[in-house]
Order: sequence, then C-alpha cells, then structure tokens
Amino acid sequence: MRLITTATRSRRSNSAAFRLLLSGLVVAALLHRTGGILSAADWLQFRGENGGIAAGEGPARLDHTAWTTPLPGRGISGPIAVGDHVFVTASSGHDQERLHVLAIGKADGKVAWERQFWATGRTQCHPKMAVASSNPASDGRRIVAFYSTNDLACLDLEGKLLWFRGLTYEYPNASNSLGMASSPVIADDTVIVQVETDDDAFAMGIDIGNGETRWKLDRPHKDNWTTPIILHGTDRSHDVVALQCSQGLVGLRPKTGELVWTYTEGASTVASSAAGEGMIFVPSNGLTALSSASPAAMPAKRWHMAPLGPGYASLLYSDGRVYSVTGAPVLIAADAKTGHVDWRLRLTGTFYASPIVAGQRMYCFNDAGLGQLVALGKEHGTIANQRDFKESILCTPALVDKALYVRSDQHLWKLAD
Amino acid sequence: MRTCHRPLWAPLTVVSLLVGGPLVPALAAPNERPAGTLEKSLAALRAVDKQGAGHEEAQRAMQSLAAADAADLPAILKAFDGASPLASNWLRNLVETVADRNLQLKRPLPAAELEAFVRETSHNPRGRRLAYEWLVKIDPTAPARLIPGMLLDPAAEFRHDAVALRMGEAAKVDAARDKPQALKLYREALSGALDDDQVKTIAQALTKLGEKVDISKHFAFLTQYSVIGPFDNRGGLGLEAVYPPEKEIQLDAAYDGQIGKVSWQPLQSRGDYGMVDIAKQVKPYKGAVMYLLTGFQSPISRRVELRLGTDNAWKLWLNGELQFSRNEYHRGKSLDQYRIPVTMKPGNNVILLKLCQNEQTEDWAQDYQVQLRVCDSNGLGIRSGEAAVAGGR
Repeated sequence: MRLITTATRSRRSNSAAFRLLLSGLVVAALLHRTGGILSAADWLQFRGENGGIAAGEGPARLDHTAWTTPLPGRGISGPIAVGDHVFVTASSGHDQERLHVLAIGKADGKVAWERQFWATGRTQCHPKMAVASSNPASDGRRIVAFYSTNDLACLDLEGKLLWFRGLTYEYPNASNSLGMASSPVIADDTVIVQVETDDDAFAMGIDIGNGETRWKLDRPHKDNWTTPIILHGTDRSHDVVALQCSQGLVGLRPKTGELVWTYTEGASTVASSAAGEGMIFVPSNGLTALSSASPAAMPAKRWHMAPLGPGYASLLYSDGRVYSVTGAPVLIAADAKTGHVDWRLRLTGTFYASPIVAGQRMYCFNDAGLGQLVALGKEHGTIANQRDFKESILCTPALVDKALYVRSDQHLWKLAD
Repeated sequence: MRTCHRPLWAPLTVVSLLVGGPLVPALAAPNERPAGTLEKSLAALRAVDKQGAGHEEAQRAMQSLAAADAADLPAILKAFDGASPLASNWLRNLVETVADRNLQLKRPLPAAELEAFVRETSHNPRGRRLAYEWLVKIDPTAPARLIPGMLLDPAAEFRHDAVALRMGEAAKVDAARDKPQALKLYREALSGALDDDQVKTIAQALTKLGEKVDISKHFAFLTQYSVIGPFDNRGGLGLEAVYPPEKEIQLDAAYDGQIGKVSWQPLQSRGDYGMVDIAKQVKPYKGAVMYLLTGFQSPISRRVELRLGTDNAWKLWLNGELQFSRNEYHRGKSLDQYRIPVTMKPGNNVILLKLCQNEQTEDWAQDYQVQLRVCDSNGLGIRSGEAAVAGGR
C-alpha cells in the first residue's frame, strides 16, 4: 500500500464520487463511504483537508473586501467553510466564559445563526491567546467547536447541539494557564483531540455520532499546542493520525487509537507537521523529512536540515516543496525530496498564523495584521501584494471558491477578486 | 474534500441516523401533545453526565424539542434549576434553537413570562440571564426596567450591569462636583461589585474623593499565615513527597528542612490582593517546598469556594482533607485562577497550602507567590467569622 497524500486522495475520491453519482447508486452508500458529496468548496479544519492547500486559485490581491462581519467576542481560531456558510468561534464575557459558534453566510457575510455555551473549564490564558483559539472542524455534516477550556461541542449545520463534552470538567488538571490551542481533527468518524499540559496530558478519540470516548491515550506531561495531521490511506480504515509532541510523533489508527509507529527524535510543541508525496515534514531538530511506504508503516528519516526549522507557524507542503516560516522571519522554500533550499524570502513581523497556498500564491498574515501575498516562483518568491488590516491576526485563514476568509479578534473578512 | 450535499440531508434525517434510532416526532404544540412529554424530554437533557453519558437520549430529546412552541420556553428555563454545567449547555442550546426558530417564524416570545422568570431570583442565575437576553431582543426597554434594581442580585452578570449603571451615575455627579451624592453612589456600586475591574475603578474614584477602600477586605483575601520551609523540591519531586506538615500540625515543632532545621513563622500577605510573596518576603528559594497555614472561622456549615491564584505548583487541604493538587509552573497567574468548592464546618477550619518552586532559571520563572480567598459561587467574598452574607456589602 502506498501512502496517498491528501491531495491525491481528494482527486481520486472526487472522480469516484462522480462515477457513483452517474451510475445512480443510492446516496446513502456514497455518504457511508465518503462522508458526503465531494466538494472543493469546503475548508473543514485547521489548514483545510489538504494541509493548507486550497483547490483552484485564490485572490490576486488582499485589498478587495467582499464583506466584513463584526464578531461578538475574542478569538484567534481560524474559520472553516462548509456548504454555504463559514463557521467561526469566539468568546466573550467578563471572564471570557461565553463560548460562541457562528454560522456566517459566504455570500453576504450575514450571521445565519449564533449559539453560545458556558465554559466548564478554566478560561485563564495569556493576553495574546484567547479562549477561542482552536479551529473548529467538520465532517461536512456536523461542526465540532473546541476551546482553550477544553469544552468540545458538536452541532449540526443548523446549530442544534448533538453533544457536548467538558474535558477539563471531566479531568480537572487538563488545563494550561497560558491557554491551549491544539485543534481537533476528524478521521474515520472519530474526533481526535490533543489535551496536553504540564499536568494532565492525554489524547482522545471521540465518536462523532454520540460524543462518547472511543479511546484515551496518556501523553507526555508537557504543554503542547500542535494539531494532529491525518495521513490518508487508500480508504478511511487505512487512515493514520499523527500526533506531535516534544518527544516526536506517533501514528495511531483514528478509530481505535492503536499505535502503529513512533518517531522519537523530538519535535516542536507549537508548529505542526505537514505531509505530502508519501513524506512527513516534522519541525524536529530544525526540519526533518520522514518517508514511509504507507501511513501505517514505520517512517524512516530521509533528510534533516537544522536551519529550516519553523518559528510558530506550521510547515506547509505544496507541489514538491516544503515551506517553512522561520522565527526571523524568513520564508524558506525547500525541495521536498532533498531539503535543498530553492529560495528564501524575508517577511515582515511575527507569525503565529500558518501560511496557506492556492495555485502559485501563498497567503501569510503576521500578528500585527499585515497580510502578505507571496507569488511562488521556481527560483524565487516575491511579495506580490500587502494589506495592513490594522488588527492583530493570529488565525490561519480558510480559502474556498477563490475567496479568502480571515479573522481578527474583532472581525471576519471575505477577500475575493 | 468531503462535505454534505445539504438537500440530501434534511435535519431530521441527519439526527435520526446519528442516534441510530427511529425517527422521533417533533414536539406537538403544548395543547396537543400527551401529558408529560416535555418534562420527559427535559429530564433526558438534565441527565447528561461526564464521558458522554446520556448523550443518545439527549439527542432524541433535542430532536423532539427543537420544534417546541415559544410558550414552552418558561418550562425549559425552569429546567436550569439544579442542572449540572453540562446539562445547562444542552438546555441553553435548546432555548436558543426554540427562541430563534419562533422569532424567524414571526411568532412572539412570551415576554411577560420571561420577565417574571428574570425577576424570580430563586431561579438558576444562568437560566435567568438567558431569559433576560431573549427578552431584550424583543423588548429593548427591559434593561432600564430591570437592571437598576439588580445591584445585589445573586447572578453575577446582572450585578455587573447594575454596578456599571451606578458607576456611570456616580461619575456624572462627580463631574458635576456633587461630592456627597458621588460618594453615596460609588459606595452603593461597591456594595454590589464582584469583579476586579469594577472594584478597582470604584476604589480609585473613592480614593480621589478622600475615602480609602480596603480591597483586600472587600474580596475577603486570607492575609494571616504561618509558614514553614523550605523542604526539598529538587527534580520536581517535592509536590508528591510527604513532609511533616502533611502529617501533623504542630506550630511549636521544628523539622529537618532542605537546608537545615525549619519551624513555623508568622507571615502576613502584602498589598490589596492578599499576595504572599515567598521570594520577596522570605527568600527566593529554588527547588523548594513551603507550607502556608491559616484558619477560617465559619458560624455555620456551608458551601463556599476557596479561590487561589499562583504560578507555582500547589496542594490544598481543608481540615486535613486534600482538596486539589496542581503541578504547573510559571504559566501565568490571575485572580481566582482556581476555584475549589469546599464545605466549611462550623467553627475553626484549618487551611493548609503546599506551595512549590521549581529550578527554572529564566527571568520569567522566578515568581513564588500565592493569593487565596474565600467566597461564594458568584465571587462574593466571605470573611472569617462572618455570618451569612446577604447579597452585598
């Protein structure tokens, strides 16, 4: 079995889906296999389902605002897009104890619905962090909203609650006084969360249907803000989810939590890994590239480059290259197979938001709110366009249907040509 | 990418597939449904518990209740009384879903019943606040009618609004140089204030008017301690090590500590916020354990909260029983960072706190501090020896 990257899997699944539709097979069978009709117009989790790569093109400029929607509370979580709506989380209240989920129309920026919950975990966090720090995630039918309080709510697309877990309420030492920010991912009908702190630390697989725990795994007692990545196999039952922490990476079966491989040479607790072309790019000892024959096979080290290590932003793989935004900050484009640096580009500011790519354009937002659009060339990258949003931006944006969705503490913007 | 094609997934079908059961009929209008249907569904929502217990029954109940009539809202709100934090979130979502839907259908919400629910202070504070927020959507005049009388309300959010209102009035008369009236209004505002930002602002205003405010007393910080240490915490092993103060409280005893004999010494907190600063008031020990001992007189047996702020690891005992243990260092501290519900017995209650410092050398890892207070679940400070607090000060 060959390790199939997310991009490859999507193309194959798309094709398969249309064949199924054309052949007139029942919809239920299709949904059972794929989780829904396939669409390029969704962005379902942190960095989307393709590790930060959007389908098609993105806007050529950052100063064409389709709409701006004020948000009811603070947040550094990125938006996701499902169907006709963008979903975003926020928090408000004297102690930031009000947890919001909003569905906002992609077409007009109007709030279709808003739901709130009360935090059951601690809301304390660093001023730069926020209680709404984790990206929501979706399987296309349901929204999962996760907060620094370790409150986890699953709603349908109309805002009706399907289940609610308070993981600090259940495990009172699962909290980080700086704030938590790992985002949930969904694989094989399982919501996977990493709740890892200096005190209690665990990862959990939760049945997306009823919110019950499928598995719980003890993890190293060390603060960790990274988000799992999904390595797609030939079908969902062959998917592997990779959890990152200070000790390295582990590969698990999403539905059972069964451990299938480990990488033990350490890794960042902030910047997350990327995957592509049968390889995993890990912020480990700088940047380390691993390769394996399949998602479940023990990965082997392919190359390692100390100067390529990212700062806070996560790594990104696109079109044969791995991109790293260093702490300097310099955007480095390296050959994915060899680690050879193709080019470097000086960026401006400090980056917590991870870059995303559409076609030959990369979108980078610094914490001061300066958006930087990078034209990705073979031999060099150039800043093609900039815009100062004049509000702090720490979220990783979403990009669907050629439109970019980015949020600050106060606003959600839709940028489109 | 995978997503759903919405028309193929009507909401009813989605949920019935999710719960794996038969389709559940939407709740009929109140006068058409069998008796007890609403109560049964609300009971299912109230029964949810940790580890996802009761989720499937609650999903069926939500499906049944989503089409409830606006007239059902008071009954749903009443279900908040005594509900757990998890159940409260299910109930909140139900209220929002039902109220949202009825407003979209241009059906009126029961304003008079909502207002009556808000006014009845025996109801759950969160349920009352939720009722208020929906009331305000349909009646923007409600705040002016309700908030001024809520200075000593049991619900913290109402108090916050009422205090803000009084502060605004005080600032106006203060600007008009009506000192007696400004003092009166600021004092009233302080009597209801629970939140630090408001207390601080009121205290500053009163100080300018010549009246000193004892913030530490307002919040009911514990200020008088006996301390002993250091004991060994090198390698981070001290939090779980059992040293003599965990076995016996004997104030005239001396023990072998980390760097020689140690004995209990008196120590008073500093400043407005009850802070005990071991590094500055005793010594900047590293890899150390200190114990802090204090007492609290309670006239009656009652539930209170011990609230603590520190960026050091700690353990807390009340009357010899361990209440909580936290192994985190230098990730930040804040007022009321940790809330520990406890039951005080009548008479003297012995509070023992173990406070650990690690061996980190960074500048930002040198704090060795703690603040501790006793309050009710809304944050209203309860002083040692004080009888039941009737709403405010």
